[in-house]
Amino acid sequence: MIIGLPVIQLLILPWAATFEQRNISLGVIDNDRGAYSRQLIDKVVSSGFFRLTDYSGSYDQALKTIENDKADLILEIPAHFENNFVRHQQTDVMLSVNAVNGQKAGLGAAYLGQIIAEFNQNVIREQGVQLDRINLIQTTPYFKYNKEMNYRNFMVPGILVMLLTLIGGVLSAMNIVKEKEIGTIEQINVTPIPKYIFILAKLIPFIIIGLVLLTIGLFIAWLVYGLFPAGNVLLVYLFAFFYLIAFTGAGLVISTYSNTQQQAMFTAVFFMIIFFLLSGLFTPVSSMPEWVQTVTIFNPLRYFVEVIRLIFMKGSQLTDILPQLGAIIGFGVFFNTWAIVNYKKTG
Amino acid sequence: MAMSDFNLPLSGSWGVRISGISKKYGETQALSNISFHVNKGELFGLIGPDGAGKTTLFRILTTLLLADKGIASVNGLDVVKQYREIRNIAGYMPGKFSLYQDLSVQENLDFFANVFNTSIEENYDLIRDIYIQIEPFKNRKAGKLSGGMKQKLALCCALIHKPLVLFLDEPTTGVDPVSRKEFWEILKRLKQENISILVSTPYMDEATLCDRIALIQSGKILSIATPEQIIKEYPQKLFAIRTENNYHLLKQLRKDPQVNSVYIFGEYLHVTFKDDVPNIEAKEITPSVEDCFIQLME
Repeated sequence: MIIGLPVIQLLILPWAATFEQRNISLGVIDNDRGAYSRQLIDKVVSSGFFRLTDYSGSYDQALKTIENDKADLILEIPAHFENNFVRHQQTDVMLSVNAVNGQKAGLGAAYLGQIIAEFNQNVIREQGVQLDRINLIQTTPYFKYNKEMNYRNFMVPGILVMLLTLIGGVLSAMNIVKEKEIGTIEQINVTPIPKYIFILAKLIPFIIIGLVLLTIGLFIAWLVYGLFPAGNVLLVYLFAFFYLIAFTGAGLVISTYSNTQQQAMFTAVFFMIIFFLLSGLFTPVSSMPEWVQTVTIFNPLRYFVEVIRLIFMKGSQLTDILPQLGAIIGFGVFFNTWAIVNYKKTG
Repeated sequence: MAMSDFNLPLSGSWGVRISGISKKYGETQALSNISFHVNKGELFGLIGPDGAGKTTLFRILTTLLLADKGIASVNGLDVVKQYREIRNIAGYMPGKFSLYQDLSVQENLDFFANVFNTSIEENYDLIRDIYIQIEPFKNRKAGKLSGGMKQKLALCCALIHKPLVLFLDEPTTGVDPVSRKEFWEILKRLKQENISILVSTPYMDEATLCDRIALIQSGKILSIATPEQIIKEYPQKLFAIRTENNYHLLKQLRKDPQVNSVYIFGEYLHVTFKDDVPNIEAKEITPSVEDCFIQLME
């Protein structure tokens, strides 16, 4: 179970955790019904981002489809669209966006805007207007380290990090608490075992499980997603090793404070969510407000997400990741010392 | 008794020495000024109802809890300063089954032997009598054992390092009468190995099996003596009465100014009178430890 479930996660999550929006439902009101309006609609639908779900006669009717959740976006083409376009070189289309799902709406509107702009240029070109007079600037981005800007390329390493965090953090948080609940800790406490050995004995199995899981994860990334670290794979292991020590330590700290597994679970999940959201796994750290960026300095996850992407995509060397490695070792020392100190044997 | 105990030196030939131990949990006084000692090779019983403070005392003696006041020693070792040494020579069986339920009988024993840097073979003599009873189940998970078997396994684990002092916190609670009897037989044999045993129980009938007992209630010691002595010290004549309607009789007797105390005891009512010569004919009986306990509680 400990191995199987994360594998399933790794197989499913990267497909779900993409920021590209596809299958945006589009409603169209075509008041013109001319050749150009048909062309525009064709172009929009053939882009692959949109699905034409509704073709309404009036705006009111179209608005209902938004209310029924049948459409995310409404494109209204005014009457005399073609006429105005050809004669006056100018016309308007109206976009109505259902912003309940902000990401979908925002991206959808942006895609549609882009398609319309492109359409606009084509028409202008067809009309034989001299292009240099309009002064068009075309940009072609080149995505370094991830040429196709494939989301999976940077989601898969990130999800690997997430899985290691779950193993290290949540399982270890459960562990000592479970002994407290069952009462076995009493029996251990009356033995001459010193507390640092006890904590160490708790730490080592999770590190081994974590590294085994990392190996499986790397294989899946390679076999299923065709991803292999551009940098040294041993560097991933080195970082993962210290990362697991740090996170298992954090989990043990939680478990020394909790008296029931429920308490520990709640605390662990609470911190996990904050750590995940502030890790840069889903949204870039640099786009967060400044004070949140400061908070992420104290998030061990952030460093691993950074490092694993650097190693996977950029092929960074040990010297490149030294600051992050230092930070993670610092976390490890901090959390484990805390766990040992707080795990009072003498009561 | 309590006062003379207070002045005894801590080190010396005692299995356990407790002197003026007090412990408070918030507002609740769990133990107040407890003093007694357990001789080497003595089977000492701590008799009292749930919540009397027995487990708290055990936790202090096994170095799991610090007392607010007072001093205690186990085999001459101070429970605060020399807690490490105590952990090597004390065996503890907590009231709640505390072995690894997902390990087998054999694995649990091996594990605890390992923890104490010893092996099952090394101390097999000590646990042999008990172990042969659970050996048929040695590959069964500890969590799947019956109550009596669990207790025997726990005792084995507590004995695996040949402790000098054994702390047993309610070892027979929730165990069937046959297993209870067997368990006490085992304790008697262990005593012959010169192991000092402090055992707690809420069962008054088990008290008579101890060399000496302390009756404890609400964190205070009511009496310490041999069971025979405690029974001998019962201050009044005790009578057992039985009618067809015990409850009716109980109510009647409670109203009678002559009656000192009356309570239901099995099928009989146990009655004491204020004056020594009541004008009724009844058979006098020997009080049990339970009678003594009830009398001391008042």
